[in-house]
Amino acid sequence: MPETVISAQNLDLTFETNDGPVHALKNIDLDIREGEFVSLIGPSGCGKTTLLRVIADLEKPTGGRMTINGMTPEQARLARAYGYVFQQAALLPWRTIEDNVALPLEVMGVDKATRTQRIRSNLDLVNLSGFEKKFPWQLSGGMQQRASIARALAVEPQMLLMDEPFGALDEIVRDHLNEQLLKLWAKTKKTVVFVTHSIPEAVFLSTRIVVMSPRPGRIHEIIDCDLGYDRPLDIRETPEFLKIAHQVREGLKAGHSYDE
Amino acid sequence: MSAIRINWQALLALIATLASLTALPYTASMSAGFSLAVAALLLAGAVLSMLRLASALEALVLLIASFGAAGMLITGLESATGTATAGYFASLAAAWLLGWRLVTVMSGDGSRSDRTAGIVAITVPALFGIWVLILWECIVRGAGVPFVLLPPPSAIGIRISESLPILAADFRQTVLKAVLFGYVVGCLAGFLVAILADRFRFFANGLLPVGNMVSALPMIGIAPVMVIWFGFDWQSKAAVVIVMTFFPMLVNTLAGLAATSEMERDLMRTYGATHWQVLLKLRMQAAMPFIFNALKINSTLALIGAIVAEFFGTPIVGMGFRISTEVGRMNLDMVWAEIALAAIVGSLFYGALALLERTVTFWHPSYRR
Repeated sequence: MPETVISAQNLDLTFETNDGPVHALKNIDLDIREGEFVSLIGPSGCGKTTLLRVIADLEKPTGGRMTINGMTPEQARLARAYGYVFQQAALLPWRTIEDNVALPLEVMGVDKATRTQRIRSNLDLVNLSGFEKKFPWQLSGGMQQRASIARALAVEPQMLLMDEPFGALDEIVRDHLNEQLLKLWAKTKKTVVFVTHSIPEAVFLSTRIVVMSPRPGRIHEIIDCDLGYDRPLDIRETPEFLKIAHQVREGLKAGHSYDE
Repeated sequence: MSAIRINWQALLALIATLASLTALPYTASMSAGFSLAVAALLLAGAVLSMLRLASALEALVLLIASFGAAGMLITGLESATGTATAGYFASLAAAWLLGWRLVTVMSGDGSRSDRTAGIVAITVPALFGIWVLILWECIVRGAGVPFVLLPPPSAIGIRISESLPILAADFRQTVLKAVLFGYVVGCLAGFLVAILADRFRFFANGLLPVGNMVSALPMIGIAPVMVIWFGFDWQSKAAVVIVMTFFPMLVNTLAGLAATSEMERDLMRTYGATHWQVLLKLRMQAAMPFIFNALKINSTLALIGAIVAEFFGTPIVGMGFRISTEVGRMNLDMVWAEIALAAIVGSLFYGALALLERTVTFWHPSYRR
């Protein structure tokens, strides 16, 4: 059994707003092991992004315990244990693609030779070789998001946290990037936590799917999704795939995600 | 396809020229024959431009007709100031209409290659500027407008060429000393205080209301105070410029530093970046369009500030000093010479900053290519 990387115990998070407290996360218990691909799925307001942000130390929980490799989230963040991919590529427009990938390395104080080598290998990994000198706004949305994945991988993190990274892209580009992400995951064996609201995307990518439900944000059900490492796009028409997708949908329904 | 293509500028020019023939000669010093020659040139230009010519040829014809006629009309005012007839102004209007047509032909349909587009981008505004000067010259001298009200540009030009040493001394005093020093110090101080105020929030909370009040002080009010504090020479003018430029830079830099998105700041946070790293690698860059805005606003403010501050006591040199004393002596051509100098300096200053802005903020959506 691989080691546990992310461990949440009885996690609570309440936001104080002008309309009173909002219970974003309640009683979250979740263990993620090394090399897993875990998707968090649920309707908006179910706390899936908030949970990811707690793992990344972008939000502080108000109760319970969260450990990353036995460290606090803050220690893990400062140790660059993870690479974070946002909903938008968030590439800096005044930097070329290679300089964008180099940004986290510059912050860390990595030397020039290592930077050059990491830029090359990671842009290669996301199939962006040859676009080093382009500016972000000269690239398509899908290419920008691939560059941002290369940037997240450049610090050589143990895990990848992805917050609806393909949500803003059209379906054809999304299919293509899903396939590429799977290959990348198989190649790098990184632990991935992936937030999405698309059932096919979650089933296609994950080894485990965490179904969340809203108000307050909590885990409704955790579904195993053992389709193996090799998943061609047309796996989505097989009965095994459809069965798991059905299970996820039933889980969302039971968690009142489809209530008006 | 007919051989004639009517365009309204040429048509109006044709009508105006024919109408001008009812009031010959155009001025007291122009013979009827010379006036007729002007009219003939204008008629030829108008008619030719309505034939289907290649646009380069049409432009050449219009250039010769409009500027040729304008030149003849200006010479026709020699020792005949104030004697221009209605016919003179009608033919001037005709020449101007042909000049307008020339600009229209040169601008084309906007689908030019990059090479000619560059030439057009320079010549069209230049032609426009030349025509403003021609109309100014002919109307002022033709109608005999008093010199004190508005001198003709030719007189201002002569005054400039005769007063180059004085203008150079004024330029040194006002621009090179007061404006430049005040601008650099004011902008730099505004920028540095903004960086500090951004780091230590209490500083901003205390400073901004005070700064708001200082910027609301009328410059006319603080200039004499500065003269008392810092003396008659350029230092007091520089002080006025510092007061005027400090606040726009402070406010714009603060706004620029806040211009990053939450996602970008979160991104830097996931890298464990320090405050100064975030400032240097993210927020400072994002603030550049705002900072350049302040630099451009301040370039005009600084010039105005230094010139007006000289109205309140100065050694006997400086652009503001010259304007205020020469107005008193009714030497309006000298006043206009200083105004022209200020306009040129201000435009070059602003233009250089705009050019620099393009290279620094090339990534901004408004400059992307």
